Amino acid sequence: MAQIFPKFSNRIPLLVLVLTVLLTVSVVVFFWYFASPEYTDVGYSPEQPVAYSHKTHVDSLKIDCRYCHTGVERSAIAGVPPTQTCMNCHVLIGVNEESLALVRDSWFESKPIEWIKVYKLPDYTYFDHSAHIFAQVGCESCHGDVQSMERVRQTKSLSMSWCLECHRAPKDHLRPASEIITMKYVYPKNQLEFGSQVMSEKNLTPPTTCSGCHR
Amino acid sequence: MRVCGVSVKDTTTLLLDEEPLITGNQTFSSITEKISGIVEGETNKIWFILLGLTSSLALMFFGSMGFLFWEGVGIWGVNNPVGWGWSIVNFVFWVGIGHAGTLISAILFIFRQKWRTSINRFAEAMTLFAVVCALIFPGIHVGRIWIAYYMFPLPNQMAMWPNFRSPLLWDVFAVGTYFAVSLMFWYTGLIPDLATLRDRAKTRFRKMILAIFALGWRGGNKQWKNYEFAYLLLAALSTPLVLSVHSVVSADFASAVIPGWHTTIFPPYFVAGAIFSGFAMVMTLAIIARKVYKLEHIITVNHLEKMTKIIMLTGMMVGYAYAIEFFVAWYSGNVFESFTFVNRAFGPYAWAYWIMVSCNVIIPQLFWFKKIRTSVPIMFVISILVNIGMWFERFVITVSSLANDFLPSSWDYYSPTVWDISLLIGSFGLFFSLFLLFIRFLPMISIAEVKGVLPQADPHYYEITKNRSRDE
Repeated sequence: MAQIFPKFSNRIPLLVLVLTVLLTVSVVVFFWYFASPEYTDVGYSPEQPVAYSHKTHVDSLKIDCRYCHTGVERSAIAGVPPTQTCMNCHVLIGVNEESLALVRDSWFESKPIEWIKVYKLPDYTYFDHSAHIFAQVGCESCHGDVQSMERVRQTKSLSMSWCLECHRAPKDHLRPASEIITMKYVYPKNQLEFGSQVMSEKNLTPPTTCSGCHR
Repeated sequence: MRVCGVSVKDTTTLLLDEEPLITGNQTFSSITEKISGIVEGETNKIWFILLGLTSSLALMFFGSMGFLFWEGVGIWGVNNPVGWGWSIVNFVFWVGIGHAGTLISAILFIFRQKWRTSINRFAEAMTLFAVVCALIFPGIHVGRIWIAYYMFPLPNQMAMWPNFRSPLLWDVFAVGTYFAVSLMFWYTGLIPDLATLRDRAKTRFRKMILAIFALGWRGGNKQWKNYEFAYLLLAALSTPLVLSVHSVVSADFASAVIPGWHTTIFPPYFVAGAIFSGFAMVMTLAIIARKVYKLEHIITVNHLEKMTKIIMLTGMMVGYAYAIEFFVAWYSGNVFESFTFVNRAFGPYAWAYWIMVSCNVIIPQLFWFKKIRTSVPIMFVISILVNIGMWFERFVITVSSLANDFLPSSWDYYSPTVWDISLLIGSFGLFFSLFLLFIRFLPMISIAEVKGVLPQADPHYYEITKNRSRDE
């Protein structure tokens, strides 16, 4: 009987096998990395209507976070300050600054500045900012080193697994109450011990059930 | 009779005195001609008509699914308290049907039941198609196909996993494994026959396609040796699966605390029921196929009679399970359990319960009579009734327990909608379409294995026939 296939076809099964493995691995890697919030969300840094610099205000001028973000300890949403907060100082400082024109307009016309929200959580998640401050989670743990940012940037993926990482092992992330707003905080050697202490003192039970966040 | 001083009984189990499995004085070449001819010859007109009908139903199946995804599970009759309706019933029904193939190919192979050779190929194919239908239902039963991947433990950014302690996840693995192993088994068995078809192929294209799937089979001794061993290993691998898959499916129910579900008899009871319904489906298909393609010499009444015996046996096992459920409900002294079973037999679903009992327990008893065991039309009707009964068994279990559970204030009567019905009928359309395509394009009976049970295949055949003619 004549041969049906030419000789080179002996190599085809091996080739198919190798290609299948390569294709599978590359598809998995592609989606694993490029489709994850680690890639799609981290680094989001929209241009704001006013080029407000945290670096100037916090790093150089040493203004406390809570001077502007007044609700962080008490409210479910951290909140963006009203124009009045800016004008507390800027009625006296930089009154002729070109870059502050929009702030002054907003103040005179009683029209809020339309800041663009960077740290957005989906509507189907319940999130209470004050609970996290009460539990002594540092600002930095979620927002990164805001103090050194010229323009605010998303530094964490805000994915569900990222939330759960801390909810499942909060001890690694809790700080003394006095260190909550500290940037570049160095955790002490006895962090686990300290974390456990905070948890038992405040009776912290971070939810890991579905309805904890998806109510 | 003695041959060369040795009793023939010792060497050949009186091969020639046994009723032959294959009738009509078949030779090796007539078997090849007959079975390959179905695949190679002109397409039968009846085949076209049947495929037209079944594929229209399959289209209805996919159309109904589309509407389900668009509109949601509200189109079904499910609601509180009956949250598991026909889609679960259909899933269990189809998985059950899928059990005969592996039983025939694996367990009967290991027990050296030679009569399996005439029916194993299409029973295995039927298994695959039934499992395809079965796999669709859990995939669509929440009406959200876009989250079907939740069924699998895939790493994801939500750090969310299926519940590994839930039988619903075991189901995914059990049925998935079953499908994969059945497919391998079926394909391994096909290889020598594909090579036969390849060697008979007239056109170059057909030759190439078949050559690719025949994996270079040449039928040499060494290849046969490896092949037989691989086949044995696969049979050993699939034997526990026959028992495990439906046990896991039964655990979906048994692990819940609903009265009527929470019983330890469920795994063996479900497995027996699965084999029962699977054999009935094999019989239905075998009777049609042998009639349409004139295979009466290969799938003989002898084969069918053997199948009726298995149907009768498993039918009695199922009947025993029904009885024991009642006994345990009474013996437990649990009011909810007792109520459930009395309610099944005499409550709002009594009609379904008695359809189930008559089709599964009473009617198969007719097979005690040799006349009925050898009457093809009667066994055809009974095989269909058995599958109707087995569908109702799953309906009774799923629905009656949910409809009337612990709290009378939450009781309600479940009735299906037109979409429930169209999905059930549509799934039959898909099943039969796949089966029709299979019998048109692949040898529906194992050519190589049937040859192996011909009298000529016995190494002592010529010796015995020679001696026998001398004795005479």
